[in-house]
Amino acid sequence: MDALELARWQFGITTVYHFVLVPLTLGLSVLVAIMQTAWVRTGKEKWLRLTKFYGKLLLINFALGVATGIVQEFQFGMNWSEYSRYVGDIFGAPLAMEALVAFFLESTFLGLWIFGWDRLSKKVHLTVVWLFAIGTNLSAYFIIAANSWMQHPVGTAFNPKTGRAEMKNIWEVLGNNTTLLAFPHVITTAFLVAGGFVAGIGAFWLVKKSRANKDDADIPLYRTAVRMGALVMIIAGVGVIFTGDLQAKLMFKQQPIKMAAAEGLIHTQTGADFSFLAIGNLAGDNPASVKHLIAIPGLTSYLATGDFNATVKGTTELQAEYAKKYPGYKATPDYLPNLAVTYWSFRLMIGFAAFAAATALAGLWLTRKGKITNQTWFSKLAMWSIGAPFLGASFGWIFTEMGRQPFVVAPNPSAFVDGVDSVYLLTQHGVSKAVGAFEVGLSMVVFTLIYAILGVFWYRLMVRYAQEGAPNFTEPVVNDDDDHPLSFGY
Amino acid sequence: MDLAVFWFILIGVLWTGYLVLEGFDFGVGMLMPIVGKTPKGKRVLLNSIGPVWDGNEVWLLTAGGAMFAAFPEWYATLFSGFYLPLFLILLALITRAVAIEYRSKINEETWRNRWDLAITISSWIPSILWGVAFANIVRGVPIDQTGTYTGGFFNLLNPFALVGGLTTLAIFLSHGSIFIALKTKGDVHDRGAAWAKKFSIAAVVVGAVWALWLQLAYSNNTWTWGALVVAALGLIGAAWFSWTGKFGWAFIANVVAVVGAVTLIFGALFPNVMPSSTDSAYNLIVHGGPGLVASSSHTTLVVMTWVAGIFTPIVLAYQAWSYWVFKRRLSEEMIPEHNELKFFTKSS
Repeated sequence: MDALELARWQFGITTVYHFVLVPLTLGLSVLVAIMQTAWVRTGKEKWLRLTKFYGKLLLINFALGVATGIVQEFQFGMNWSEYSRYVGDIFGAPLAMEALVAFFLESTFLGLWIFGWDRLSKKVHLTVVWLFAIGTNLSAYFIIAANSWMQHPVGTAFNPKTGRAEMKNIWEVLGNNTTLLAFPHVITTAFLVAGGFVAGIGAFWLVKKSRANKDDADIPLYRTAVRMGALVMIIAGVGVIFTGDLQAKLMFKQQPIKMAAAEGLIHTQTGADFSFLAIGNLAGDNPASVKHLIAIPGLTSYLATGDFNATVKGTTELQAEYAKKYPGYKATPDYLPNLAVTYWSFRLMIGFAAFAAATALAGLWLTRKGKITNQTWFSKLAMWSIGAPFLGASFGWIFTEMGRQPFVVAPNPSAFVDGVDSVYLLTQHGVSKAVGAFEVGLSMVVFTLIYAILGVFWYRLMVRYAQEGAPNFTEPVVNDDDDHPLSFGY
Repeated sequence: MDLAVFWFILIGVLWTGYLVLEGFDFGVGMLMPIVGKTPKGKRVLLNSIGPVWDGNEVWLLTAGGAMFAAFPEWYATLFSGFYLPLFLILLALITRAVAIEYRSKINEETWRNRWDLAITISSWIPSILWGVAFANIVRGVPIDQTGTYTGGFFNLLNPFALVGGLTTLAIFLSHGSIFIALKTKGDVHDRGAAWAKKFSIAAVVVGAVWALWLQLAYSNNTWTWGALVVAALGLIGAAWFSWTGKFGWAFIANVVAVVGAVTLIFGALFPNVMPSSTDSAYNLIVHGGPGLVASSSHTTLVVMTWVAGIFTPIVLAYQAWSYWVFKRRLSEEMIPEHNELKFFTKSS
C-alpha cells in the first residue's frame, strides 16, 4: 500500500471509531440534562438517580471521544497537508470556530458539572449541565458545516494566483443547504443512538428487577428509563427519516453519481426501482453484470424527485458527463465511487435505523398504561438493539464519505465555471507530500492498536457501570467549608 | 495593523494560553510519583487539575484550529513535516486523557498503578517534544519551493532542539510543582514546595542557555532581547518566590516567563512563520514577500477576527470562573474513599 491508501485507511479507521462515541455523547448529554431538570423541578429521587447513572456512562464515553477527537483535528495537517493548503482558507474557519465556540464550552462546563455537585447551587449546577450539552451539540454544527462544504462547496472561489480555494462569504459556508439538512440528520441520529442506549439498559434492569421481585422499589425508575428512551427513539426516528429523505433529494442534485451508486443504478432509467438486493460485479469493472433482485418499482425515482415516473441518471451516463466536465488532471480518474460499498452501506444505514425504531415501538407497547414487563426476550432484544443505531450511524458516514470518492472536495455542479478554475479536489491530490508510506503506515497501525486497547477498557467500564445499576439516592449538599471532603474525586 | 500580523500575534497568545495552562497539568502529571507518592497523595494531585485539565487542553485545539484557518500553509507544512514528534504527542495526549478519566473508575490497585504510570509517561513526552518542535521552527528546517518539508526525522534532533526540549521540560516541572504548592495542603504541599525550589533553579539555568542561543543564532529582530529579559526575569522571579515560599507570586512569575518566552520565539521568527534552511526564498512568511505567503485571504481573516473578538473574552470569563469555583486547596484528608467497583464481576 502506498501513503495515499494508508492515509485513507487511517482516516477511515480513526473517524469511524471517533463517530461511534460522538453520537452517544451528543444525544446523551441532552437526555442527562433533561433528567437533571426533571429532578430539580419535581424533586423526585428517581430523576437524580437516573441522572447519576446515565451521567457516569456519559463520562466514560466522553473521555474516549475527546481523546480520539484530538487526532481528528491534526490529521488534516499531518496526512492531508495538500488538502489543507487547498481548503484551509475556508475549511479551517469552522474548525477554529468549533474549538473556540464549542470545545471550550463543553469541556469547561463538564469539569464544573462533574466536580461541582457540592460547590454549586442546584440551579447553577443545572445551568452548567445544559451549557455542556449545548457546547457538545454546537460542535457538531461546525464540523458538519466543514464536512458539508467538502460535499458541496459554496461561498468560495478558486484563486489561480495562490492555487487554492478561498472564502468569499462565511454566511454561505455556514448556511450551506447541505449543512442545514445534514446537521439535523446527524442530531436526530444521535438521539436515536442515545435513546436506544437509555432504553436498552433500562430494559435490562426492568426485566431483571421484575423477575426477581415484581414489587421492587426500583422498577418505576427503570420503567421511566425505558419509556423515555423509547419515546426519544420514536421522535428521533421520524426526524431521521424526514431529514434523510430531504437529504437524498438534495444529494441527487448535488452529487448525482453518489446517489446513482447508492442505488446501483447503472443506466439512466425512467421510473427507477429501489432494490434491497443486488448481485453481479458491484466493484464497477463490469457494471453490465449488476442485477437487482427484490425491488420496489419506481421508488428510487420517487426518493430522488417525489415522482415515481421521473428519469434518474445512471452511473454510466454520469461517469461520461463528469469526465467531460472535470478534466484538468494528468491521470484519468475514474469518477465512479466504489459501488459495492456505497450500495450496501446505504442499505445497512437504513436497515439498522429501522430495526432500532421497531424495538422502540415494542418497548413502548410493553410498558403502555403503567404496565411493566418481565419478558427476557424483550430485555435481550433491547440490549442487542443498543448497537443498531450506532451501526446505522457508522454506515451512514461510510456511505457519504465513500460515495464522495474519488473527490475529497466534490464539485458543486451549479457553481461550475470550467474544469480548471472550479473548486474541487481529488483525494489523491490531497495527501501530504512530505510523508512516506512508512510514517503513515506506522501511525495507522499504532493508532489502530491503541484505539483497540482503549476500546476494550471503554467497553468494559460501560458494561460494569451498567451492571451496577442506578446508585442510591444521596441529596447533594452545597458546602462552602474549605476543609470538608470532596463529595466526588478521581 | 495588518490582519495577518494580528493573527500571527493572536496565535502566539493562544500558544501562551496553552503552555501556561497545560504546562502545569503536564508538570503535575510528571510529578505524580515523586510529589504524589502515596495513594491519597497522587489523588490530591489528580483532583487539583481534575475539573480544569480538559478545558486547558482546548487551548491546543484552538491554537491548531487558528493556525489552520489563518495560516493554512504553516499548518500544512508544520504538521506534515514534524510528523513523528507530533504523532508521539498525539499518542501521549490520547493516553493521558483516558488515563486521567479512567484511573479511578475501578477500585483495583493494579488498574490504578498502570494508569498512573501512563499519566506520568504521557506527561513527560509532550513536555519535551513541544520544546523540540518550537526550537526547530525557530531554527529553520529544510523546506522546498512548494512549502514541503524535505528533511527526515533526525533533522529534528539537533542540539538546539534538544536544549529547547529540556527548557520546556524544566519550565513545566517548575510550573507544576509551584502549582501543587499553591493548590494543596499538608504533605503534598510540602513535597511540591521542596521540588519547586530545585526545578525553578533548573528552569533558570536551562532557559537562559536556550534563550541566549536562540537570540544570538536565530532571531530576526533585535527587539526580542526585550522579550528575553522579560522571560529571564520571570524565571528568576519564580525561583526567588519559590525559595521565599510565596507560591502565588511564583506562579505569576512563571506565567510572565512563558509570555516572555513565546514572545521571544514569535518575535525571533517574524516576518517568517517557518524559515526554510534550504533557501530563504522558500521561507513561509506572515505576509508580503519574498517567500511563500502562509496566511489566509483577507476575507477569512476578517471573519476570524470577529469570531475571536467576540468569543475569546467569553471563554476567558467562564474559564476564570471555573478556577474560582475550585479555588480551595486540597489535602489528603479531603480525598473520599474509592467506590467498590471491580473490573470483573465476582464469580460467586
